[in-house]
Parts: sequence; C-alpha cells; structure tokens
Amino acid sequence: MNALSRRQVILTSGAILMVAPAQARSPGQPASARQRWGLLIDTAKCAPDCNVCVESCKAEMGLSGHDRPLTDAQYLRKINVKDPATGASHSLPVMCQHCAKPACVDVCPTGASFKRADGIVLVDRHICIGCRYCMMACPYKARSFAHEEQTDQQPHLPRGKGTVEGCTLCVHRVDQGLEPACVESCKAKAKGAMLFGDLNDPESDIAKRVAREATTRIRADLGLEPGVRYQGI
Amino acid sequence: MLARLLLGVLMMAGAAASFAADLPTLPKAKGEACIEASATMRRDHPDMLRHQRDDTLRQGIRGAKASLKECVACHAAETTEGRAIPVNDPGQFCQSCHAYAAVKPDCFECHATTPKPVKEASR
Amino acid sequence: MSTPTAFTQIRAYSRGWLALMGGLGAVIAAALAAVVYMEHQGHWVTGMTNQVVWGIPHVFAVFLIVAASGALNIASIGSVFGREEYQPLGRLSALLAIALLAGGLAVLVLDLGRPDRLFVAMTHFNFKSIFAWNVVLYSGFFAMVAIYLWTMVDWRARRFYKSAALGAFVWRLILTTGTGCIFGFLAAREAYGAAVMAPLFIAMSFAYGLAVFILVLAIGCKMTGRGLGDETLTRLVRLLGLFVAANLYFVALHHITQLYFAGRGGVEAFVLTGGGLITFAFWGGQVGLGGLMPLIIAFAGCGHAPRRRAMMASMLVIIGGLAQLYVLIIGGQTWPLDLFPGMEASSSFADGRLHAYAPTLPEVILGLGGIAIALAISVVGMTALRILPASLGVTSAPCCHHK
Ligand code: HEC
Ligand code: HEC
Ligand code: HEC
Repeated sequence: MNALSRRQVILTSGAILMVAPAQARSPGQPASARQRWGLLIDTAKCAPDCNVCVESCKAEMGLSGHDRPLTDAQYLRKINVKDPATGASHSLPVMCQHCAKPACVDVCPTGASFKRADGIVLVDRHICIGCRYCMMACPYKARSFAHEEQTDQQPHLPRGKGTVEGCTLCVHRVDQGLEPACVESCKAKAKGAMLFGDLNDPESDIAKRVAREATTRIRADLGLEPGVRYQGI
Repeated sequence: MLARLLLGVLMMAGAAASFAADLPTLPKAKGEACIEASATMRRDHPDMLRHQRDDTLRQGIRGAKASLKECVACHAAETTEGRAIPVNDPGQFCQSCHAYAAVKPDCFECHATTPKPVKEASR
Repeated sequence: MSTPTAFTQIRAYSRGWLALMGGLGAVIAAALAAVVYMEHQGHWVTGMTNQVVWGIPHVFAVFLIVAASGALNIASIGSVFGREEYQPLGRLSALLAIALLAGGLAVLVLDLGRPDRLFVAMTHFNFKSIFAWNVVLYSGFFAMVAIYLWTMVDWRARRFYKSAALGAFVWRLILTTGTGCIFGFLAAREAYGAAVMAPLFIAMSFAYGLAVFILVLAIGCKMTGRGLGDETLTRLVRLLGLFVAANLYFVALHHITQLYFAGRGGVEAFVLTGGGLITFAFWGGQVGLGGLMPLIIAFAGCGHAPRRRAMMASMLVIIGGLAQLYVLIIGGQTWPLDLFPGMEASSSFADGRLHAYAPTLPEVILGLGGIAIALAISVVGMTALRILPASLGVTSAPCCHHK
C-alpha cells in the first residue's frame, strides 16, 4: 500500500503502446464494471464434428499438452448432448462460463480465483496454491490443473505446474479490443456460431439479441448467473 | 534479506570495478534504454514487477511499463542465426544476475522466456 | 474425591521406543521422498486427474483432521461435562488432538500443487471461503488445545482449566462443522447433501477420534507396562459404540434425504448399488466393518476380554472410517457433474461418464506418512510431558492375547 503512489505515477505515465479499436478502453485504464463481457452461442450453427474453436483455443493459449487426456488442460471443449427421449442431439462448446456469482471465487482460500470488474473470471496464478477446491466447486468442469511442467508457453499466457488454469475469455485479446480466439476462428473458418460482446451495452449485438431472442444458460438453476448464453439447448 | 545484502555488495562491487572478474556479464539488451535508469532497475525491479503483476492481472491495466513480457522482449538475446535464447538460461540476462545474487524467482516456470514461443527449445 | 492421579513421562531411548520411533521415522522419510517425487514430476504421477481432483491424500488428511477434533472428546467429557472417571485421560486426549491435526494438515499441505506457497495461504485470506476459515479454525484449534493441555499439565495454570476446556470444546465443534461444510457447500456435486454434512462430520469425528484414542491408550499402556483396568476399557468401548451408532444414523439420514431429493437418485443408485469398488467400500467397509461390527463388539459382546474388544472395535472403526471418506471424497467425484440434466453428454473432457481413479503408491505413502507424523508427535509428547497416568487400574489377565 505504501508503495502505491510511486507505482501509480509509473502507471499513469505508462506508455500507451497499443492502438485500440473503439470498443476497448484505453490500455492504461483498469477494467470497469460498466462492461460485462459475455458470449452467445447458437448451437444450431455448431456442427458436431467441427472442432475449429477448440483447435484455435489450444493454439492461442499454447496448450501443447502431453498426450494424457485425463490430466492435460482443456480450456474449451465440445460437448455432444443427446436427448434420450427424442434422440435429438446437438453439439456445443463449453468453457468457463464467467459467472456473475462464481462458485470458484467464493471457495478459493487465497483469493487467487477472482472476477475482474468487467466480469471475466480468472485465476491469479501468482497466489494460487494448487488446492483444487475451485475445481471441486465449479459446476461446469471449466478448470484444469497443471499436472506437470509446461513448455512452449505463449508470452501472453504464462502457465506452469501446480496451479489451476482455465479459459480467460482471451483477456489479453479483449484488453486490446479483439475478440476471443474461439469466436474469431468460428467466424472465419466455421459458421459463426459464437458472438462476443458487452452485455451491459444496449447497443451491442449481443445485448440486442439477448434482449430479443430466447437464450438459456447451462445449469441456470444453480443461480451462478453465467455470462455465457446458449441458444437451442 | 540475505538477497538484499548481496545486492548491496553486488552494487558496491559494481561501482568499484564494473568488470571485476566474478561479476556476471550481462548480454546486451535491445532498445535504447531500460524503462528506468539501470541503478533503479537493479534495485527496484522485483517490486516493480510485483506491482505490475497485480495491476495487470487483477485490474486489467495493460501496456504499462514494468511488464514481464516486455522485459523478456528486450532482454532475451539471440543466437547468431537469430533465434531467441531463453532469458533464464545460464549466462543469460535474468539468470546470470540471479545466480550471482542467489535468488531463484519462479516466474519462468510459467512465463515465456523468449519473445516468441520456442518451438524446439534449445535446452 | 478420588486420590489425584499420578502422571509420568514415558522413558525415551528404550528399545521399544527406539524401534517405534525408527519405524515412524522411516515412514515419514518415505512420505517426504514421495512428496519430492510428486512435486517434481507434477501430479500426473498420482491417480488424480482433472476429473478426480482430490484423491487418497485427502482421504487420509480429512480422516486425521476429523479424528483430531474427536480425540479431544475424552478430555471434554472429563472437564466440560464433569465426569471424573474420564479426567485422568484428558491429557492424552488433548495431545492426540494436536498430533492428529498436525498429521492431517501436513498431508493436506504437502499435496498442494504449490506447497512452497504455504506462506501465501497464510497471508492471503478470502473470507468468503470456508477453506480459508478452516485455516483460521485449525490454527485456533492448535492454540486452544495447547492452552488446555497446559492447564492440565501445569498446576499453576489450573484456574484456567475450566474455561480452557469449554473453549476448546466449543472450538472443536465449530472446526468439524467447518470441515463438513467444505463438502456441504459444493452445490453442484450431487453426492454431497448440504445441511447434513456438518452433523455427519461431527458424528464421524466422535467415532474416529475415540477409536484412535483407545488404540493409542491401550498400546501405550501395554508398551510402557502401565496398568489399564477393564472398567476403563469397557466404558470406552461402550462410548465408542454410541458414537458409531450416531455416525450410522447420520449416514442413513444423508442417504435418505438424498433419495427424496429429485435428481439425486442417480448418484445414490451409484453409491448404494452399482458403483463397484465404491459400493463395496460403502457396504463392506463403511457400514459392515466400520459400523455394524463395532456395534456388535461394543454392545453384544463377543466373549473376549475388554482390552481385546476395545482394540478390535477401534481398529474396525478406523478401517471403516477410511472407507467412509473414500466413498465420500472419491465416490463423490467419480460421479460426473451433470451439465445437462436429463440429457446424455459426451466430450473429450470425460463429460457424462463415470470417472476412474486408481491411487498410485506415492500418494498412499504420503497418506500413511500423515498417520506416522501424528503418532511420532504423540510419542514425543508423551516422552517430554507427563501425559499418561502411571496406572489406570489393574490390567486383567490377557485371555486370548498370547497364543
Ligand atoms: C525497451 C527495452 C527494455 C525493456 C522493456 C526493459 N529493459 Fe531492462 N534494459 C534495457 C537496456 C537497453 C538496458 C541497458 C541500459 C544501460 O546499460 O544503460 C537495460 C538494463 C537493465 C538492468 C540493469 C542491468 C545492469 O546493467 O546492471 C536491469 C536490472 C533491467 N534492465 C531489468 C529489466 C526488467 C526487470 C525489465 C521489465 C520490467 C526490463 N529491464 C525491461 C532495455 C529494456
Ligand atoms: C504459476 C504461473 C505463474 C508464475 C509462477 C508467475 N506468473 Fe506472472 N502471470 C501468470 C499469468 C497466468 C499471468 C496473466 C497473463 C495475462 O493475463 O496477460 C501473469 C501475469 C504477470 C504479469 C502481468 C503481465 C505482464 O507480462 O506484464 C506480471 C508483471 C507478472 N505476471 C510477473 C510475474 C513475476 C515477477 C513472477 C515471478 C516472481 C511471476 N509472474 C510468476 C502466471 C504466473
Ligand atoms: C543486475 C542484476 C539483476 C538482473 C539483470 C536481474 N535481476 Fe532480478 N534480482 C536481482 C537481485 C539482486 C534480486 C534480489 C533482490 C531482493 O530480494 O531484494 C532480484 C530479484 C528478482 C525478483 C524477486 C525474486 C524473489 O524471490 O522475490 C524477480 C521477480 C526478479 N528479480 C526478476 C528479474 C527478471 C525478470 C529479470 C530479467 C528481465 C531480472 N530480474 C534481472 C538482480 C538482478
């Protein structure tokens, strides 16, 4: 706390390195509660055999893995869902749902799991002790534990053994005014099933569609108020 | 505490003879100058990084000075073929000094040690 | 008033003492080696995965932590509830409480992904987290019980005895409630009922703690040649039977409420009938060995001498307790999270199917190491302080002890 003033000076004088598109706040600014980032996923446009979003997530996050499916990290996965009564089935990507009332944040003993002001739920891996209680608490199985040493990390996504990790909603891209990698790749290489935007901005596409069309959230009954919405499940 | 003491010794030694035999020689960095004066950097970089860390991660303040990513971007040396050498490799910028001062920050367990991910790690 | 009990230290460096400490030291050393191996390699060398995130180390750790608060009961019965016949046992009771908690916490900490960041856990608190509250509760428990033990051992502190006893008793109830809530608060995990977890854990702690206490008392008295009368043992084994019955009652309550709860039928059918090893551990281990058998031994008698009965029942309660926590912790995670109730789900991340867990040797050794740490602390405590009474009556002739 005492060192704050000096830091503040450094920060405010911090070079503005990136030319940000209109949507983003300027880089020196902290995230603010005026925004609430969210996703809208239209399962009608999501083909069961399409894995574009998952692949782009792996590449973006440097999730090289060790060919051990039970312990390798998966930030984003495709789930195939089938209604046993009717036989109808569909496919959808599931990642951290960036809840407004995240269970992981409530249970984390050190406060490493936290929700940024703009609704993005993250793990501060500098104070994560690797207890995995958040993984016990998350209803979406959205988090992975780094079970072994990691190499080939991306500069924008540090990750290493012994801490818990998960989808960051590509916070490093969002802060530059870009969309998450999965959304971008789905738009470019698949059918554009994913829409990213600010749910708090009534002018945004996502807010308009959420206001107009029927959407659901996974396990809405648990009351965690996820920021990721789906259509057609 | 011990590390601070060592740092003091290091700095005094550095002032007395900047190329004394047992001092680490640091690979040259890219760019004109560091984000602060070298003396400040030597003394304060742990604190700067720690603060930056919380500001960036918790508040989302990007593009500020003391970013670890940017340290690596400037301070990772390159081989003659132009491939980046990890900053924590023996003899490299961060490592040589820390080995000398006997501190072992764990940052590079997670943080990338080169500006671009090394595909075939040189180690 | 009866004559005041004389307490004596146990003699260090006797042959038995050295053998025991050597054995415990070896187990602890093996556990530390296992930790170094697991931490160096990362958790992938354990049976734990992204699906089953807590494994055998947590079974042992929770057992020890729960038993710790239960071990204090004997002291509380003597002091808070004024039953004089239990008072000579109070010191051992308090020492065991501290030792067991230390052993359990050691396992918990050494299984962390980053045990080197323990300091972080002590300096960063999220007060919304029941886990963080448990850190406070555990530290407080150490302090409370240490003070309580001091008031028992040092006559100058005697006037704080009553209040220390009461404080420690209340604290231990809160502590076990907190441990139960770690599981009770996991709304999405269908195997855990919300409200019943706290009383269930208290009942569990009563049973486990007393079982460990009886074993340590009986073996300690035997090894150091102290008399241990049948009267004491009979009393203790009956009390154990009562606690076991309470545990069974809350287990039944837990499963019955689960069965009434819509949507929990699947997980209940899994645990109670179709869960393979989990079902076997439930009926065979938890209910059979750890519940019914000790009840029979305690109340129906089995013709054996009280010492033998007490030891058998205690051993069974411990085995059953480990099985109970295996069912609770591992079984609770084996059952998949249900993201889409009523639908069939499948994915590359093991959604919609049962998860397998097979512990590996290092994690089992870590768990056993926790027990060894607890016992080693107890032995050191008994050596350094006057913990054991010089005599607790006359040991009856061993009927079937020696073949
Ligand atoms: C723009 C490129 C750049 C960035 C970004 C940068 N540095 Fe530097 N740094 C330099 C240069 C150039 C020097 C050498 C300055 C000199 O010799 O006068 C230097 C010097 C230093 C020194 C003093 C070395 C000595 O001579 O004893 C330290 C320590 C240091 N940097 C640490 C850091 C850390 C930590 C960061 C990240 C927070 C960082 N630097 C970011 C370019 C950079
Ligand atoms: C367990 C993994 C881990 C370790 C160890 C770790 N970090 Fe980080 N660090 C991260 C993650 C994840 C981020 C978030 C990156 C982002 O969102 O841009 C981060 C971000 C940062 C940032 C802000 C982003 C940037 O590049 O400026 C700083 C500064 C930082 N870390 C400093 C440190 C320092 C100093 C250490 C060593 C004392 C360290 N970290 C150790 C995982 C780690
Ligand atoms: C001029 C020598 C020198 C250079 C170059 C240097 N460091 Fe350091 N660093 C030190 C010393 C000395 C300490 C111990 C300071 C202390 O503990 O007060 C230290 C401590 C640290 C710490 C805190 C470690 C801890 O355990 O608290 C971090 C983080 C760190 N350095 C990061 C870096 C990074 C990243 C680089 C490369 C960009 C770097 N340092 C380059 C000398 C140096």
